[in-house]
Amino acid sequence: MKITFVAADGTRTQVQAREGDSVMHTAVQNDVDGIIGECGGSMMCATCHCYVDDGWTEAVGGQEEGESDLLDCAASEVRPTSRLSCQIRMRAELDGIVIHLPESQL
Amino acid sequence: MSLDTPALPRSGLDPFSTDFFDDPYPEHEKLREAGPVVWLERYGVHAVARHAEVHRVLNDWATFCSSRGVGLQDFSRETPWRQPSLVLETDPPEHDRARKVLARVLSPLTMRELRDGFAAAAEALVAGLVGREIDGIADLAQAFPLSVFPDRIGLARQGREHLLPYAGLAFNAFGPDNALRREAMARAAPHVAWVTEQCRRGNLSPDGLGARIHAAADAGEVTPEEAVLLVRSLLTAGIDTTVNGIGAALYCLARFPNQFQALRADPKQARNAFEEAVRLESPVQTFFRTTTRAVELGGAILPEGAKVLMFLASANRDPRRWDRPDEYDIARRTSGHVGFGSGIHMCVGQLIARLEGEVVLEALARHAAAIEIAGPPVRSYNNTLRGLARLPLRIR
Repeated sequence: MKITFVAADGTRTQVQAREGDSVMHTAVQNDVDGIIGECGGSMMCATCHCYVDDGWTEAVGGQEEGESDLLDCAASEVRPTSRLSCQIRMRAELDGIVIHLPESQL
Repeated sequence: MSLDTPALPRSGLDPFSTDFFDDPYPEHEKLREAGPVVWLERYGVHAVARHAEVHRVLNDWATFCSSRGVGLQDFSRETPWRQPSLVLETDPPEHDRARKVLARVLSPLTMRELRDGFAAAAEALVAGLVGREIDGIADLAQAFPLSVFPDRIGLARQGREHLLPYAGLAFNAFGPDNALRREAMARAAPHVAWVTEQCRRGNLSPDGLGARIHAAADAGEVTPEEAVLLVRSLLTAGIDTTVNGIGAALYCLARFPNQFQALRADPKQARNAFEEAVRLESPVQTFFRTTTRAVELGGAILPEGAKVLMFLASANRDPRRWDRPDEYDIARRTSGHVGFGSGIHMCVGQLIARLEGEVVLEALARHAAAIEIAGPPVRSYNNTLRGLARLPLRIR
């Protein structure tokens, strides 16, 4: 399955993802700039903040418990489509998902 | 054909001996190459030293539990040396309630509040060290955390010299009943008495982080007795670990001068430079888990009640996971290292540790032209923590 990351400057990068991996993990494994994932996915740091593309918000679903508390501390603007990418696990329905990246994570 | 599971690779290694501490890396490699799970004959425990298995054990708390102790002792058979920690030595759901309180007190929001003060303190301390020969451990790795952390917790000024010995004791206690543990226990009483007393609400300044934990008891999130134990967690795990983390970063930057020059060229890399030092040196070397059921791990079948020793430091240098694993590279993508653990028990103080490391390295990058080793480093021995007792440095 595939994920397309769109950087703050509009640059698009498409990468291969494995089912069950998080969007954060996939970004880090593929050297996608704009996702740090400092805490490795333990929901401690808010450095994997992303905006889910409008066409995919329904398939992705809402925030997990505790996510909004961390997003309050994110470095870039928080929008209704904001998620922590460590909390989005890849599954068949998300194949082809488009993820927009914020200007900064720290 | 036998139905028995294949015999596990065995090792006679004592991973709590000073010989091993002097140079653990060849032994880590042997363990990793022996197989995904190795039987340690000396202590009768299973060991994992590859990144994949360490990560799996850390992330499956239901099978690999913490409530039976994260040291060699099995709390279901032996009496712990102190009342168990409410976060480190518990499983969900009890764990989550206590963790939530600590996570909020040490949240990114709190870090914003602390950042400017910590940065100014680091600037002032480091500026005074330039042009001198110093002991990187006493004069910087210890001096900085001790100058900011106890104040922010709200600790009394008197008696703070107990903090490092208490932490050393707690981390030695995870190991076997060896000389390190026995000597620490023999000297424990005054340190335990002081720390226990300081965790009480009346002894903490009302504007510190310790008081915020007690405030969670007012809100009914934890009991007043639990709040005392959560403050103890801050004091146990909040200082010596950070000291060793900063010490590790200084040792790395002194041994890899081109990396210090890269940091000087871009001081904003300070945070990742600290993170990479935590990966490479792994101030917390090992932790145990205990199986709650029979489980297959790396092709081996572990019975219920098996102690599993995780070599975090070895996972952080596993060539299966890391490119050039033994090199210090401040631009490395460090996400996924297990120096702070992983999963639900991952270091709850990781943000304050990173903040302290970052501001010290950024100050060095701005003030110092070079960091050189000025004499032989002296290792400090502990059953769990890796670090130096002395690190003679010349700060130019």
